[in-house]
Amino acid sequence: MTHLDAEHFDQNARAALQDATLRQALRRATDLFAERRARAIGAVEDWEALREQARAIKAHTLARLDHYLTQFADQAERAGVKVHWAKDAAAACRIVAQIAADHDCHRLVKAKSMATEEIGLNAALARADKEPIETDLGEWIIQLAGETPSHIIVPAIHKTRQAIGALFVDQLGIPPTTEPAVLADHARQRLRAHFAQADLGISGVNFGVAETGTILILENEGNARMTTTLPRVHIAVMGIEKVIPRFADLEVFLRLLPRSGTGQHLTTYQSLLTGPSPQDGPRELHVVLLDNGRSRIVADEAMRSTLACIRCGACLNACPVYQQIGGHAYGSVYPGPIGAILSPQLDGHAGATTLPFASSLCGACKDVCPVKIDIPSLLLELRHRAVLSPPPHQRRRPFLERLGFRLWAFCHRGPRRQALLMFLTRLLLRVPGVRRLGPAGAWTATRELPAPPRLPFRRRPEARR
Amino acid sequence: MSTKVALFATCLADQFWPEVATATVKVLERAGCTVTFDARQTCCGQPAFNSGYRDDAKAVARHWLDVFAGAEHVVMPSGSCAAMVHRYEQLFADEPGQLARAHELIGRTHELAGFLVRVLGVTDLGARFPGKVAFHDSCHGLRELGQREEPRALLRQVTGLELVEFTNGATCCGFGGTFAVKFPELSTAMADHRLAGTAGLAIDAITAVDASCLMQLRGRLQRTGSNLRVLHLAEILAS
Repeated sequence: MTHLDAEHFDQNARAALQDATLRQALRRATDLFAERRARAIGAVEDWEALREQARAIKAHTLARLDHYLTQFADQAERAGVKVHWAKDAAAACRIVAQIAADHDCHRLVKAKSMATEEIGLNAALARADKEPIETDLGEWIIQLAGETPSHIIVPAIHKTRQAIGALFVDQLGIPPTTEPAVLADHARQRLRAHFAQADLGISGVNFGVAETGTILILENEGNARMTTTLPRVHIAVMGIEKVIPRFADLEVFLRLLPRSGTGQHLTTYQSLLTGPSPQDGPRELHVVLLDNGRSRIVADEAMRSTLACIRCGACLNACPVYQQIGGHAYGSVYPGPIGAILSPQLDGHAGATTLPFASSLCGACKDVCPVKIDIPSLLLELRHRAVLSPPPHQRRRPFLERLGFRLWAFCHRGPRRQALLMFLTRLLLRVPGVRRLGPAGAWTATRELPAPPRLPFRRRPEARR
Repeated sequence: MSTKVALFATCLADQFWPEVATATVKVLERAGCTVTFDARQTCCGQPAFNSGYRDDAKAVARHWLDVFAGAEHVVMPSGSCAAMVHRYEQLFADEPGQLARAHELIGRTHELAGFLVRVLGVTDLGARFPGKVAFHDSCHGLRELGQREEPRALLRQVTGLELVEFTNGATCCGFGGTFAVKFPELSTAMADHRLAGTAGLAIDAITAVDASCLMQLRGRLQRTGSNLRVLHLAEILAS
């Protein structure tokens, strides 16, 4: 599969639009999730109050993140966790590889985790010949296909069961089938064998409780439970923004997250881990606290709320852009509306000058966000920054665009100038071929351009009042 | 005494759909307002603001504030432009002088349907429009101004008009300002999806409160050979 990058969002999106199977799979899945979400939240009377509570808890925590992180680390260590601090992706990967080497672990399993996707952990471990087996069904499918997730909580959302059947025939040598139950059974058998042999389990973290040093992992398949209990060592990679102050705060987030994500009242499994469990679980529990650009975002007050995200994926399902093209087109680990604000701010600044523009600013994301992140406003802020000072090596706004807006603004500071601009525009549009050029051409390729009326409103008699 | 209204025609209606501005005047007068039009007006600054060019947006927004300073009410046939004026708070966050002027006007700046229903408390304007009409929620009217009910309340009072809903909810038409020409294929795919929400409804027209959404939907309908009518809410209310 071709490697997509965020700098080429426009090409990626065009390619995705040509893929009828992809679009059909996306439409079905995003409609289904949106429907389930609507049904699940319909039964919660105080939904808006809950959202506001969650927003406030996150804002409070992010404003005092150093305090809560220190408390979390202290409490976790007191419970027997080995806490590591990773400044960036490379450091985090090194820490994980070192733990694996120190404990002579060779058979690794991994539960679904966006943080480990973000740092490219699988590729880093593969270099030491220790690539973990993904154990979430969707992630496993993606790993077999040699792809990356296209959704935060539904990594294989872009795949139909026909495509998955074909992949299993090809990769596992099973007899041809497209029956979900049969396919899942094959997966279960293979994954159980991996679990039985695994000596190191890797997971992410949904919430880290500062008060108790507890980590919480949510899932539906039981694979995270097995990943965090069967192997003798467990490493959890946790973005530093995942910390919440009190155990009681989980009550708020557990009501919001599953309903927003999959439309469930609660996920099938909630694993609350406070330190290792040498009797019936791993002898060692390591938590790697990942920064990778997050402390810079925390310091940036205008953008800080980006880190309130609890990775439910609701904004992806609600986004009319995501619904058309899916996650791969974004060319960054985090796709959709949240990806368009998060990826450009993390280390690497993926798509800083493209992704914030990949939105019609319709605001559907803001409406569904369980922690009330004002994504459209943050997109606008990032657009402003992309114009003002794009990060090095990223596309600057084209000279003609800059000039065009300068000229446009000059002409809209007075009616005579505007009249002159409109006169010239009308004249220009009459020149044969001009309607096929530049922005006019981009419009007219698929849509009619309205014919300008003989007189604008301002020159009509009814405007004299 | 009648309510004094300063009309902001919006650059799009002024230049491309003067009949929308004319209809807006007619509707406001029917509702008992005295309407003035200050010919110094140009644009609210949204195209530059949404594209990241804040300095250019500020220059145009300052002019807008100059033109409408002191107006009792500013009314416009657009949810998007009204929402932009509300965003002047964000735009002028670092300019206390302009911010104060913006604050002064924001509470008195209204989209047409919102003004009629919320401020004047009017829903029946004596309009007649025979036919089945689907109302398209423009995103900024719906989500930034929170006006889901207002336009529908007005349409329900139109004699002969049967109001129906799109079958795909309140999804974006794909216009998005410069988004429409930066990502034309994507924008068009979104328009097609939006229009698919009228399939099987046997409607006579689509209406909305924003000329921009209508330009997108009409442009696509015309190109694909459909003769479905696309009208601004003001045009229906003035009929």
